[in-house]
Amino acid sequence: MPFDFPTLLNVLISGLMTGLVYGLMALGLSVIFGVARVVNFAHGEMMALAMYAAALLFSRFRVNPLLAVLPLGAAFFCFGYGLQRLVLRPFVIRPQHSQFLLLLALAVVITSTLLIVFGPDARAVNLDGLLEPVVIGELLLDQAKLYAAVVACAVAAALFAFFRLTYTGTAIRACADNWLGAQIVGLDVDRLYAIAFGIGASCVGVAGCMMILLVDVTPGSGPAYTLLAFVIVIVGGLGSMSGALVGGVLIGISEAFGGLFIAPSAKSMISFALMVIVLIFRPRGLIADKS
Amino acid sequence: MKRRAILLVVGVFGLLLTLPLWASPYTVSLATLFLFFAYAGQAWNIMMGFAGLLSLGHALYLGVGAYTVAALYDHFSIGPWLGLWVALALCGLLAAAIAALAFRYRVAGVYFALLTIACAEFARIGFDHFTWVGGSGGLFLKVVEPGRMDLLNLRGPPAMFYYLILFLAGAALLLTALLLRSRAGYYWQAIRESEEAAAALGVNSFRWKMLAVMISAAMTALAGMFSAFYYSNLFPEQLFHISRSIEIILGPIIGGVGTLFGPIIGAALLTVLADGATEFVAAVGWDVPGVKQLVYGIVLFAIVGFLPEGIWPALARKLKLFQ
Repeated sequence: MPFDFPTLLNVLISGLMTGLVYGLMALGLSVIFGVARVVNFAHGEMMALAMYAAALLFSRFRVNPLLAVLPLGAAFFCFGYGLQRLVLRPFVIRPQHSQFLLLLALAVVITSTLLIVFGPDARAVNLDGLLEPVVIGELLLDQAKLYAAVVACAVAAALFAFFRLTYTGTAIRACADNWLGAQIVGLDVDRLYAIAFGIGASCVGVAGCMMILLVDVTPGSGPAYTLLAFVIVIVGGLGSMSGALVGGVLIGISEAFGGLFIAPSAKSMISFALMVIVLIFRPRGLIADKS
Repeated sequence: MKRRAILLVVGVFGLLLTLPLWASPYTVSLATLFLFFAYAGQAWNIMMGFAGLLSLGHALYLGVGAYTVAALYDHFSIGPWLGLWVALALCGLLAAAIAALAFRYRVAGVYFALLTIACAEFARIGFDHFTWVGGSGGLFLKVVEPGRMDLLNLRGPPAMFYYLILFLAGAALLLTALLLRSRAGYYWQAIRESEEAAAALGVNSFRWKMLAVMISAAMTALAGMFSAFYYSNLFPEQLFHISRSIEIILGPIIGGVGTLFGPIIGAALLTVLADGATEFVAAVGWDVPGVKQLVYGIVLFAIVGFLPEGIWPALARKLKLFQ
């Protein structure tokens, strides 16, 4: 029987580790929405872009995706910062469907550019050194997942510290809480929005490097990640940082068990069902944004 | 409306009415596509444009409508015009159930939009595993010998489908025009502008919003029936996919949300744009997959950036169609 205790525990841990990477990606979405109030419908496409960038760095320059985190995190920060500053700024006050369409156009541009540059075939990164699992008693931990989860946790912890301890982080939280008040006390709201968007994008950059170690990527991978990120932040609480991580882990675990008990192709059905239930009974998410 | 506006509408309608007589089959198929999205866009516009409810999951009603009529036809030989009533009722009830849950628990704005996506995605994966209607392998309707026309069973040449969708798009325009001037239309617009204010004046916002959702869903189910019989094959990955929902709403958003003619202008422009991008790419010789979508994406970007209200309001001002 596949459903004995060690199997279940292994599936649980595996889902937890994947879920942390999901959580980091969703954290980016949550920061972008929580601060800049922009619903980033191109989030998954940015994720696919990051995964391709990591795959390219690996195949061309043999850069380990675990190290590609630094350059890609920085590059995505600049991308997000520039995007908010140059393109999205006037859209912050426009109606939601207008923002939606703009980001959708961005998503189309990213997806088609990936298709033109890389072609329709799937890309993957297989690190030879990571194939051996780490064995702890009856637990078999996939090395790639383990490292990915550790990096995701580290980045999330750094972000928490940034938002709690630094001046800029506190200022960004202030403009998320009260946009008008932040302007009145003299904060440069436009710049802070751009920084928040940059941070959100750099979460995606890092999460993309991790994700390419776990699954392969095609130009059409984007929309599924966009949906996944939205499901996670809705479950966790849109705009809440810890909610995004909790939601990510929850969705990761539910996908893992869904794949085990029902069918791998039906695993995301459970996440959508979970999202609908949370939307109805706790519309602000499991960990509600206090403001 | 001024006389020149009426003349313009009549002129365009006359042009469309005679189109299969003088245009190539390819043009007719493009026009069919345009009218299909003009129709579906008008259906969506009732919810978003009139009542202010952003649905990003209209593929759900397209798919459920298509599958209901097609499955009844395929399994029990029930004609599409009879099966249609089942589909309309089913989609209306489904939409009512989702909307009632959403309104009851105050799921609004972005959250409402995401709820609609989640329901459509849930259905997509569900139908992938629903073997009675073919699962992910698809459902195929019997094709009849070419040349025979059977309007009752919706089997026939492309021109028949063209006139059917032209009729539907025209009827939808008439219906939305009437709705907008009816009591429901005024209530919807009041709710869209400020639900609190409308409720304070005694408008039962729950009931009127439900009406908008149900009409919109039922109209979309009809589009589903059209799509099922026009293409004669149904795949969950196509009918329920989020890109279908997006295609439906692109027209009205580009044309002008909440306007009568916006969804039609938007659908026309997008059809021309998609086809133009294909031809442009072929003419320049960049026949790499993805270039067409890139051109499309960039133009979309420009339209949203420069005409935030959509094309129709700007166009109507320019042509001085209204006072």
